[in-house]
Amino acid sequence: MKLVTAIIKPFKLDDVREALSAAGVQGMTVTEVKGFGRQKGQTEIYRGAEYTTNMVPKIKIEVVIEDSQASRVVETIQQAAHTGSIGDGKIFVTDVAQAVRIRTGETNETAL
Amino acid sequence: MSNFKLPGGRALWLALAGGALCIAAPAFATDMIKAPTVEQQALMVNKGDTSWMLVSSALVLMMSVPALALFYGGLVRTKNMLSVLMQVFMIVSIAALVWCCWGYSMAFTSGGTASTAPFVGGFSKALLMGVSGGTYAATFSNNVYLPEFAFVIFQMTFACITPALIVGAFAERVKFSSLMIFVVAWLTIVYFPIAHMVWYWAGPDFLADSVVKDAAGALVSQDAGYLWGMGALDFAGGTVVHINAGIAGLVGCLMIGKRLGYGKEATPPHSLTMTMIGASLLWVGWFGFNAGSNLEANGVTAVAFINTFVATAAAAVSWALIDQVVHGKPSMLGAATGAVAGLVAITPASGYAAPMTSIVLGLIVSPICFFFVSTVKNKLKYDDTLDVFGVHCIGGIVGALGTAIVADPALGGQGVFDYTVFPAGVAAYDMMGQLIIQAKAVGLTLVWSGVGSAVLFFILDKTIGLRPSADAEREGLDISEHGERAYNY
Repeated sequence: MKLVTAIIKPFKLDDVREALSAAGVQGMTVTEVKGFGRQKGQTEIYRGAEYTTNMVPKIKIEVVIEDSQASRVVETIQQAAHTGSIGDGKIFVTDVAQAVRIRTGETNETAL
Repeated sequence: MSNFKLPGGRALWLALAGGALCIAAPAFATDMIKAPTVEQQALMVNKGDTSWMLVSSALVLMMSVPALALFYGGLVRTKNMLSVLMQVFMIVSIAALVWCCWGYSMAFTSGGTASTAPFVGGFSKALLMGVSGGTYAATFSNNVYLPEFAFVIFQMTFACITPALIVGAFAERVKFSSLMIFVVAWLTIVYFPIAHMVWYWAGPDFLADSVVKDAAGALVSQDAGYLWGMGALDFAGGTVVHINAGIAGLVGCLMIGKRLGYGKEATPPHSLTMTMIGASLLWVGWFGFNAGSNLEANGVTAVAFINTFVATAAAAVSWALIDQVVHGKPSMLGAATGAVAGLVAITPASGYAAPMTSIVLGLIVSPICFFFVSTVKNKLKYDDTLDVFGVHCIGGIVGALGTAIVADPALGGQGVFDYTVFPAGVAAYDMMGQLIIQAKAVGLTLVWSGVGSAVLFFILDKTIGLRPSADAEREGLDISEHGERAYNY
């Protein structure tokens, strides 16, 4: 099993969710996060006082899938979240050792 | 003869529909009762005036709670939101009590010796002694009276909001208990005397009897506040409220010191939504403040109302334009700040200006205040957290001086009245002379409030202390001073 973690632009969330559903992904976890990469923060000005916020708001999506689906899911997210401008985000893929469905006690692939 | 000028004096002539044309006619004069008795005054009360004053009083209370509290509260960090709300709420409550106990008497009675009487009233009406449903207060027109309680209430709302304005200058870093003691003392030694100096007078039916010639041959009243007698114009409180509170705020922020992390940590407003709601409610409430200050419901009241409306609109537009030019984007906070600056500037001029000169005043005040809050404050590095000095004191000074210009009948202004004669007549208008008088009033207010506030802050600092501990300040005043949070989610 793989955990796919994607950091994307907030307004791309719906596009990504629809694309993943169409690709057969059954569920995901979404978190509002802040951070920075190559895209630097914005400057805010309040009555002449300037504040540079170096953390940019992003959305983090986490999806756990079978190994065989990983490359397709990564490709789907990459295409759906793409705008071509700086700050589009990143996708990480990691191994998952175990999964359990709490309601039934099913484990691993059957729990996904 | 031009020594005595008074806000809204024109009211009488407008109210009498064309009476201005025949004020010199003896037949008209004989209809007026000079120095009426209480029984006669009772017949000179108008239900429309009384209703308007009670509504205005409620509007001015709304300016403090919730308007000012939200305007200020939105601008601080989340951890200090509740402390600002509580400071404003308690100041209003305490000021109301102080007003009834001794404030009204100190501001609006004549007392003490001949040398102190122009500067502060006496205690003859302390605890509202002698004030009842059957006593009356003068307006600006001969033979027009208000129930005295209506006047007490209206003026009470001014005493409530003025000290609340000060807290913005040292928001996020003041000890609540010290602040409450400061407010009681500041009202007593600064606000009540200034209100007395600017607004106390014998009234249009009594003043003529108190007039004597001084050594220079000029007519002076022995029964009027010092600045009023000098001829200073302050329709609704530019000196008494805004300059007074603004300079006290500056002194306070200098003596209390900067917030921890000032200039290093980001301290952006936590909710400009709250600030916009607050600024808008201030705008609405200010109609009670300015138009209500005419003390009657008539043509001059409508003049003050429209002037308040358009000066504010002009200042909001002006600030947004400056933001657009300087920073490339028009900001909501800029528009709200501009609106408040416009309201402050038109306050002393509201009953004297014409709508078009009010617009000019509004357009001018924003760039001046903008310069103070963005450039001067950063250069001099004082931490006036919510720009009480930059907006209220500077805006108040622009308004106080501007009043001398916009009141000129040659510019469509309302001019001034001569109350040394009975009934009151139109006084000649001298713009330069008026400007000098206005400057003196501004200077006296700055010195009186600046020095008085400095003494009070110094004493409090050396006794019970003005600041919470560094840990308490870092944690936020909501938890450390009040044991609550503004938001639990």
